[in-house]
Amino acid sequence: MKLKFSFLLTFMLALILVLAACSGDGGANSEADDGENESEAEETDTGSDGGTDDEAEAEASGEQVLVFARGGDSESLDPSSTTDGESSRVTKQVLEGLLEFDKESFDLLPGLAHDWEVSDDGLNYTFYLEEGVTFHDGTPFNAEAVKTNFERWADPEHEFAFTDDGYVYSMYGTMFGGFKGDENHVIKEINVVNDHEIVFVLKQPLGYFLQNMGMSYFGINSPAAFEEYGAKINENPVGTGPFKFVSWSKDDSIVLEKFEDYRKDGLPKLDRVVFEVIPDNAARLIALRSGEIDIMDGLNPDDAAGVESEDGLVLHTRAENNFGYVGFNTQKEPLDNKQLRQAINYAIDKQAIADALYAGYAVPAKNPLPPSYMGYNDEVEGYEYNLDKAKELLAEAGYEDGLEIELWTMPVARPYMPDPETVSQIVQNNLAEIGIEVTIVREEWAPYLEKTMQGEQQMYMLGWSGTNGDPDYFLSSLLHGNNVGSSNRSFYENDEVDELLDKAKLSVDQDERAQYYQEAQALISEDSPMATLVHSRPVMATTDAVKNYVPHPSTSESLAEVEIEN
Amino acid sequence: MFAYIMRRLLMLIPVLIGMTLITFSIVHLIPGNPAQVILGETANQTAIDDLEESMGLNEPYIVQYGIYVSDLVQGDLGTSLRSKSEISSEIWPYIAATFELTIFAMIFAIIIGVNAGIISAWKQNSWFDFLAMLFALVGVSMPIFWLALMEQWIFAQELGWLPAYGRQDSRDPIAPITHFYVLDALIHLDFPRALTVLKHLILPSIALGTIPMAIIARMTRSSMLEVMKSDYIRTVRAKGSGQFLIIYKHALKNAIIPVLTVIGLQTGVLLGGAILTETIFSWPGIGRYVYEAINYRDYPVIQSGILVIAFIFVIINLIVDILYTRIDPRIKY
Repeated sequence: MKLKFSFLLTFMLALILVLAACSGDGGANSEADDGENESEAEETDTGSDGGTDDEAEAEASGEQVLVFARGGDSESLDPSSTTDGESSRVTKQVLEGLLEFDKESFDLLPGLAHDWEVSDDGLNYTFYLEEGVTFHDGTPFNAEAVKTNFERWADPEHEFAFTDDGYVYSMYGTMFGGFKGDENHVIKEINVVNDHEIVFVLKQPLGYFLQNMGMSYFGINSPAAFEEYGAKINENPVGTGPFKFVSWSKDDSIVLEKFEDYRKDGLPKLDRVVFEVIPDNAARLIALRSGEIDIMDGLNPDDAAGVESEDGLVLHTRAENNFGYVGFNTQKEPLDNKQLRQAINYAIDKQAIADALYAGYAVPAKNPLPPSYMGYNDEVEGYEYNLDKAKELLAEAGYEDGLEIELWTMPVARPYMPDPETVSQIVQNNLAEIGIEVTIVREEWAPYLEKTMQGEQQMYMLGWSGTNGDPDYFLSSLLHGNNVGSSNRSFYENDEVDELLDKAKLSVDQDERAQYYQEAQALISEDSPMATLVHSRPVMATTDAVKNYVPHPSTSESLAEVEIEN
Repeated sequence: MFAYIMRRLLMLIPVLIGMTLITFSIVHLIPGNPAQVILGETANQTAIDDLEESMGLNEPYIVQYGIYVSDLVQGDLGTSLRSKSEISSEIWPYIAATFELTIFAMIFAIIIGVNAGIISAWKQNSWFDFLAMLFALVGVSMPIFWLALMEQWIFAQELGWLPAYGRQDSRDPIAPITHFYVLDALIHLDFPRALTVLKHLILPSIALGTIPMAIIARMTRSSMLEVMKSDYIRTVRAKGSGQFLIIYKHALKNAIIPVLTVIGLQTGVLLGGAILTETIFSWPGIGRYVYEAINYRDYPVIQSGILVIAFIFVIINLIVDILYTRIDPRIKY
């Protein structure tokens, strides 16, 4: 007993000393380390000088490895069968769609299709596909592959739909009006003209059909991979993208490596990309400072100023692609009163919320649409904080003596609402100023979403993030009468607005569409079905060795051009 | 002895079935359905209905439970709603990660805890005793997340000695065999990587091991003090044995029994309850697995995950009971 214990104790102490000693030396010594100690040296070069030594090591071994850390793991690597942004962030590197979005906006660029044509009636979309492209498994990419993928999403009976294994392509359903056999499903048929030409025939025009084609959710998988992996396709993506999938250990890391035969010459620049999960924001920032990771998603806005002034780190912001709001149930007492809704809207201090919660990385919102979007109506005046107007309208609404009202508070943080609790308190204080007493209601997330869909709430909080860069996804989802009882939680029904949104959806003339959306926003603003709060600009950080990294507003950006520089 | 072990194992069956009933009920009492949580705020009602249907959540609870238990009896832990993978194949890396961390945390806790307890009892009321017990008190009441963040801040960010997160160097990963990375690296005879993995273990092991260490130290001390007063120790002393031998050979054997109980219980607690440490150090263990599943309302994973944790807990306690008989032959079952 005695011997064992003292031996173990000595052994442990010795081990700790040895480990500490190996790691104690700075960058200077490890430079001289031989190849065998590569991994260890890389690990230990974690001085205050950020990641630079690390990259020097990586360079020395001839490999460019980028570590991208985020807060949560991907749900699936079959992006079409999930709505999870962490999934498409990864598959964006592996799978490609027919079209792509520009680096910093939702403008369309060629993807797997180098050219495309739309017929005048907006019913025929012809795509001319890149030639000589192969999937990572060697299967040639052709029109038949595109058709297989789209039919898989549209038809639950399709041999690769894997319906029995729980696959549901909800993003496809949302974007293309449903599935095969549904009345509103827009794709009538898909015709393969030849290997490199494919025609989508629609039942009715869809104004944002091309925008959908740029979404990373609709990346094209190799048909051979469906045969090979079956329902395990969600763990084995095989695309044409710049990086090949290598391995995935759940809740830990996903490893991708360079696809040597990528269709664009000289790309990708990195040899490997590792997506790491680091759930804690503070721990993630420490890992960035110590050089263990190169890019961190999900920086706290409060840390942004510190990162900006810190040597060795670079602050990045995503363009705003969302908005947070306080919604009103417009079909329920007392908020069925328009003047009351307007009064409340005037009484909420949006600028104060932007300053308090986003450390300046947000702009007050006056429309339920991000400002960079087509058809954004900048002439709408909105509801700038104005207590006098609020009180006046409150009196007109017949509530000069004030009233009591319920506000449902989101139980989870979202990019558009990083701290719902504080927002609800600010709103509570704001409304107290005009004599409205706010009771805060708390629900768990799932019942919160369910009950607000059913209209149990008076006031509630939520937000919306864009996916295809089209106004329809914001305005129709949130405010079209057809979506009452679904995603229109304000129960807002205005025939004029509905008509404008319908016309805009059916038109393929983008200028005309923009016009309709602007008109709709003016009407919506007047009706005030929601108090739009802010558009947030999510912040993230990289080491200064990371070059050419451009965050995309959709949160999924290609890393093909990213480099690590010494 | 053998009969005893068999009896204990047979008793496990009703215990585990009872566990499934409890977890199943609790899980389904949590408000909100998984389809809604998985699809989030942008989902419309049709999408939610479709997903619910495909996940088999429209069946009555009793039918769902029946299917679950009958699968379980056939060794099928079910399929995760979130990842669509078989839980039985998915769960092993998580278990291995947690085991590896727990083993190192307990080695740390036992070596430091037992020795500190012994020395405190030996030199009762000395400055060492005083300091060690103060330290133990602080250790027991230490908020783990704070300790973990302080460790990361000092040893990873400021000093740069040790890595801040994860199980291994993500730029240079190991090809997993057993998913015990130390073991895997040794199987590959890859000593630099084994060293890297060990370094990744240090900070989380200390964070996780601090509370058990403190509890073990206090338990050892009080148990030792009691044994030291007993007659047979006086006899040994009268025989003229040295102090060191008296303590480590004669006293410890009897004093260690209650300590062993505490060690067994603490190991069980660490295996299931390391969520905080696993979260801060990004350790993909069983605690995180179940925690993420709760967020997603991934019923099968919650149920089977808790079941596996309970199973491990029971087995560890059984092992502790068997160890008693090895240490103290007077104990018989």
